[in-house]
Amino acid sequence: MTTAPVTDEPPAARTATRLTRSGRSRRVPLWLLLPGMLWLLVFFAAPLVYQASTSLQTGSLEEGFRVTWHFATYADALEQYYPQFLRSVGYATAATVLCLVLGYPLAYLIALRAGRWRNLLMVLVIAPFFTSFLIRTLAWKTILSDGGYVVSALRSLHVLGLTDALGITEGHRVLATPLAVVCGLTYNFLPFMILPLYTSLERIDGRVLEAAGDLYARPLTTFRKVTLPLSMPGVVAGTLLTFIPAAGDYINAELLGSADQKMIGNVIQSEFLRVLDYPTAAALSFILMAAILALVTVYLRKAGTEEVTG
Amino acid sequence: MTDTATTGTAVRLTGLSKSYGAFTAVHPLDLAVPAGSFFALLGASGCGKTTTLRMIAGLEEPTSGTVELAGRDVTALPAYKRPVNTVFQSYALFPHLDVHENVAFGLRRRGVKSVRKQVDEMLDLVQLGDLARRHPQQLSGGQQQRVAVARALINHPDVLLLDEPLGALDLKLRRQMQLELKRIQTEVGITFVHVTHDQEEAMTMADTVAVMNAGRVEQLGAPADLYETPRTTFVANFLGTSNILRTDVLDASGTDLVLQAADTKLGLPATRCTAPARAGEKLLLGIRPEKVALTHADDAATVADGRNRVRGRIVQAGFTGVSTQYVVDSPVAPGTGLSVYVQNVERDARLVPGAEVVLHWNPGHGFGLDAAQDIEAGTEATGDTAGTTVGEGAG
Repeated sequence: MTTAPVTDEPPAARTATRLTRSGRSRRVPLWLLLPGMLWLLVFFAAPLVYQASTSLQTGSLEEGFRVTWHFATYADALEQYYPQFLRSVGYATAATVLCLVLGYPLAYLIALRAGRWRNLLMVLVIAPFFTSFLIRTLAWKTILSDGGYVVSALRSLHVLGLTDALGITEGHRVLATPLAVVCGLTYNFLPFMILPLYTSLERIDGRVLEAAGDLYARPLTTFRKVTLPLSMPGVVAGTLLTFIPAAGDYINAELLGSADQKMIGNVIQSEFLRVLDYPTAAALSFILMAAILALVTVYLRKAGTEEVTG
Repeated sequence: MTDTATTGTAVRLTGLSKSYGAFTAVHPLDLAVPAGSFFALLGASGCGKTTTLRMIAGLEEPTSGTVELAGRDVTALPAYKRPVNTVFQSYALFPHLDVHENVAFGLRRRGVKSVRKQVDEMLDLVQLGDLARRHPQQLSGGQQQRVAVARALINHPDVLLLDEPLGALDLKLRRQMQLELKRIQTEVGITFVHVTHDQEEAMTMADTVAVMNAGRVEQLGAPADLYETPRTTFVANFLGTSNILRTDVLDASGTDLVLQAADTKLGLPATRCTAPARAGEKLLLGIRPEKVALTHADDAATVADGRNRVRGRIVQAGFTGVSTQYVVDSPVAPGTGLSVYVQNVERDARLVPGAEVVLHWNPGHGFGLDAAQDIEAGTEATGDTAGTTVGEGAG
């Protein structure tokens, strides 16, 4: 975590190596940075600036757009689409929590209990990536279809009556309801939760867990006092990797939801590609970015940044 | 601690064994550790000593047999219910907790009051009072080791188990910590069971040493007894160095056995021989290098009567400061030669490689061993004392 590395090298020896090191080799790290920095400059920073200028333009497709520093676009966009913003945050939060609840036990099992099955199970976790995101989500459309096995099973078990009452499904069907969208998000982002969780759980020294048992901690206490705190870097990384893309996702809402489940990603997509109102779309993108940044900052303040920087 | 813990037997192992599939890590083992003693399990990597310790701690389930602590059968109890604590080889400190919380862990789990006061006292005992708020990664190896000891000792266990706790330290620090641990043990009076592959460490610290080899206890006793009267070639070679000669028994009727190696007759008091000796059979005769004296062949007449004498020629002389270590070629030890350590008190300038010498020793310093053993057993392992413990996990 935030500890100074312990070196056995005496200070004098270290100074000596620094002095003999040539200026050329000291610049090597900078050269290694260069390709990545260039890439980011061209494909991240430049579009960001372009987007920012777009969001401050006014005009129409026929007359052309011009930068007029029209900040009101932001206020208008927010006012018009705040329900979709809230919905995005809500769905993404629900999906993240579900991913954590489903992913943690699985990652725990794979990392600490699976033994020789460990690699096979990890391949199975990653296996969905072999199929396109779009195809997998379309498959869920079939799975959750009104006449499908899942829905009929849920109907006969009277589960759908309950979920209808809770307002997460409607009219005894799953497709085109919040439940379907959240399920889709959970399914699609689950590996992003499991992988960092697995990595941090797998890194835990088994002897530390033995030591806890040796010091009178029952298995559950060992989990609460040792395993869980030591896996927090994975929890934080996993929730971020799930929440951030889920909040901006539009495929799941598009394919599994209806007009009532539109997330902010759907709005941006349609403003850009259908309505062709580029300033509003750009402004919405920036608002989404700012919102996620703010939420993540608050979250990291609470969780402790050292969990991420490891 | 209960009364039985301070007076009787702290740990009793009965027929305790552990197998992993076809591999037997520990053969059925019977062992009694007296309460209040410093007990060492000594052996090379993979001899089963760590497995034995882990079975006492409850971290490993025995294949057969029972573990009793202070007269109570705890074989079926999980680790967290046993009144023992372990100092792990790699210390296994909790990286997310500071020193204070590491030490407090056991107390908190048992809901003990006045944690703070006890932790402060314990940290003072191991001289870490001013580092209470550091995290383990910020400590040196020796400091981490002391935290590990404090974390275990604070619970006043019936038995403290130490799994190669000094293996990761450099030689100088190791010597210092050995004395430290011995001091703490005397101070708190808790039974210590210490696993180590370092014979010097075992002999320095322990009251009783059990030498383990290939999943069995070869010999058990006080360090001096083990050293002076080893009963197997493994013990003779693993604890220090021994010259072992193949001899024929000429006469086994008197109080002194008469043996013959090459053309040399050698004596050995019958009481110094634990193996059965009958005239006409073979016997191994052991003698420690420091018990052998060297005299130049020209002065052979000055050697006192009644001592065993062997002719030889010096092949090698190594000066180590305190002593000079000679390798002497002799017909009684074909191939290997004899090792002789001579204290550097009055050095004879003639004792250089090539010199003809007489080796002689008091017959009472020799020891007899069963000839049906591998004469080299335990010799490879003694080179291991530098502290390489890689692969010990299975041991």
